[in-house]
Amino acid sequence: MIWTLGAAAEAGEPGLWAKFLGLLASVVDAVAWPFHEGTVYVFGAMAVACAIAVVVSQNVVRMAFWLILSLAATGALFFSLNADFVGAAQLLIYVGGTLVLLIFGVMLTASGPFLQIKAKPGEMVLAGVVGMALLGVILSSAISVDWDKHAPSPEKAVGIGFNSPAEGNTTRELGMKFLGANPKDIGSQKATLSPGYLLPFEIVSVHLLVVLIGAAYLARAKRQKAPVVDPT
Amino acid sequence: MSSVLAASSIAEFLAGYLDNSHSAWAYVVAALIHAGLVLAFFGVAPLVYIWLERKVAGRIQDRLGPTRVGGKFGWLQTLADGVKLIQKEDLCPGAADQFMFRMSPYLVFVASFAAFMVLPWADGWISQDLDIGLFFILAIMSLEVMGVIFAGYSSGSKWALFGGMREAAQVVSYEIPMAICALVPVTALGTLSMMEISHMQAGPLLNWMVFHDPFCFVAFFVYFTVATASVKRAPFDLAEAESELVAGFHTEYSGIRWSYFFMAEYASMFAVSGIATALFLGGWSTGIGLEESFLNPLRASGGPGYLLANIFGAAVFISKGCILVFVQMWVRWTLPRLRIDQVMTTCLKYLLPISCALFLGVTLWPLLVFKLTGRTTLVDSMNVMGSDLGKPTADRGYRPWTPRPTNEIPQVPATAAPIDVEPGQAEPEKPVEAANGVDAKRPEAARLDVVDVSEGKVQS
Repeated sequence: MIWTLGAAAEAGEPGLWAKFLGLLASVVDAVAWPFHEGTVYVFGAMAVACAIAVVVSQNVVRMAFWLILSLAATGALFFSLNADFVGAAQLLIYVGGTLVLLIFGVMLTASGPFLQIKAKPGEMVLAGVVGMALLGVILSSAISVDWDKHAPSPEKAVGIGFNSPAEGNTTRELGMKFLGANPKDIGSQKATLSPGYLLPFEIVSVHLLVVLIGAAYLARAKRQKAPVVDPT
Repeated sequence: MSSVLAASSIAEFLAGYLDNSHSAWAYVVAALIHAGLVLAFFGVAPLVYIWLERKVAGRIQDRLGPTRVGGKFGWLQTLADGVKLIQKEDLCPGAADQFMFRMSPYLVFVASFAAFMVLPWADGWISQDLDIGLFFILAIMSLEVMGVIFAGYSSGSKWALFGGMREAAQVVSYEIPMAICALVPVTALGTLSMMEISHMQAGPLLNWMVFHDPFCFVAFFVYFTVATASVKRAPFDLAEAESELVAGFHTEYSGIRWSYFFMAEYASMFAVSGIATALFLGGWSTGIGLEESFLNPLRASGGPGYLLANIFGAAVFISKGCILVFVQMWVRWTLPRLRIDQVMTTCLKYLLPISCALFLGVTLWPLLVFKLTGRTTLVDSMNVMGSDLGKPTADRGYRPWTPRPTNEIPQVPATAAPIDVEPGQAEPEKPVEAANGVDAKRPEAARLDVVDVSEGKVQS
């Protein structure tokens, strides 16, 4: 509707209204055209802004709140890049799991109702140095990659969604990799099995189990033996 | 036939009106319409459920419930409540953390709403057909607890804090058996996509996962118990136990923010019931063969037929969900509330081991049935009534390993082929392989094609 009006107005005598409509139409197009790309920028900006808010805010629980938004925006980034499994894992593990534990810790250890955390100047300098060093590492590695070479071909990039059903969508391919079968080899006779990711996964899970049992052992309520009553 | 009905999806329909350079707008508007439709259901369902809750509570307590507002049955009672809540003053206690206090209802609301994105309403009607739909819905529903914790903490009231802590402990514990119980049918089905899960259960009643094997049957009831607890309904409503904690985590809330909590709670009741429906109760299928005889030809005829068939499917899905919601209300008004230690004991000492045993059992079930009957599923119902019904579940494709003669080259179909598994490494239950695997020797297994979900990308 806007475009028709704009086109009609441009065809007629050029006036302020026509110019406005033409401008509006071009702005609207500019906003909508890179819609998928746009969501990436929106969620990226949100993740960064919320991460900054985590650092700036001094209330522990507000920090947790901003951290939730930041991590959820990171999950949304994964979704908008069609990495649906990683996005859901991000939500489940970081937002749903780790942060609940974090809040438990904060709520059970805080002495006052709304605990404030103020960093000392020395700590801020130290944290700033570490943060800047990390930023430098990430930036240098991000710049050194030739992104144009690795960019997907346009016809592949157009596809909205995930792998094709013939490739087993997301989960099937992940499961195959997990078991050590390369999905690309399926159907050919050269398919071989490697240990896949199953072994490392099992090692990590057993490790976590050991940690859990250890934590439960350390935190258990110490039972005191009933004092032996002297009958005499 | 009008062009509205002919368009198979809103995006396509809108794109027809715009030239190519503006087709991205069709996508945006279609996304808004999808979100609007889901939001409409998200808003209307609590309206109906709150009314239903009051009527159910009334009848169970030998009262009438609301009778006056809006006619004989008090239909408009919730609307009147809503108007009252909206015009209330937006209060924030002085002791509260103002910002967090105001934000936490939205957090609950958003988490609850996001779960509706992957509920399969009807064949092809799903907002986002994620391949990991079930995983996503479990992940997103676990975010709801964050809002409750924040609400409890930021209220600056001991009752609210107690309620929030109880809720956190309860939900964190109950998430574990909930996820394991959801895994039980998934093990047999071999997919996490809500669309595929529903497709596989089409056909006669015995195709529903709840009747698939004894483990799935028990898992349905365990899941439903755990789901009731995870949406903090009685007898597990420790977070808002009126007799102990005034109103729990929402003690300090009033007006519209209070009603956000309640909208989210009632919508979550439907969400968990919808998961149960899709996983165990056949999704949108009627189970009496209505699809094959009537609905599928109607759907294939396109246009209005497609719409009608899908509206019927959505009605079936919503009805099944509503029946489960009704059971949750029924349970709430007939069972006494558990103590907090009983709640934790129920979860950690009983429901968790039960769900683990069910999970183990369902992986061994095809082996056992194969030894006894030579088939891998109890009911070989794919050929009931002389036609192929539903899509075969993954465990039908299970083959016990047999040494292959070295000179025989297996026939490899072009579309899907078995992985060449080396001896000794074959997992007895491997849904991933089984869904793709085709056994040339078993003709009925040759129908195990890769489930086509290409129709499920952007639907209206």
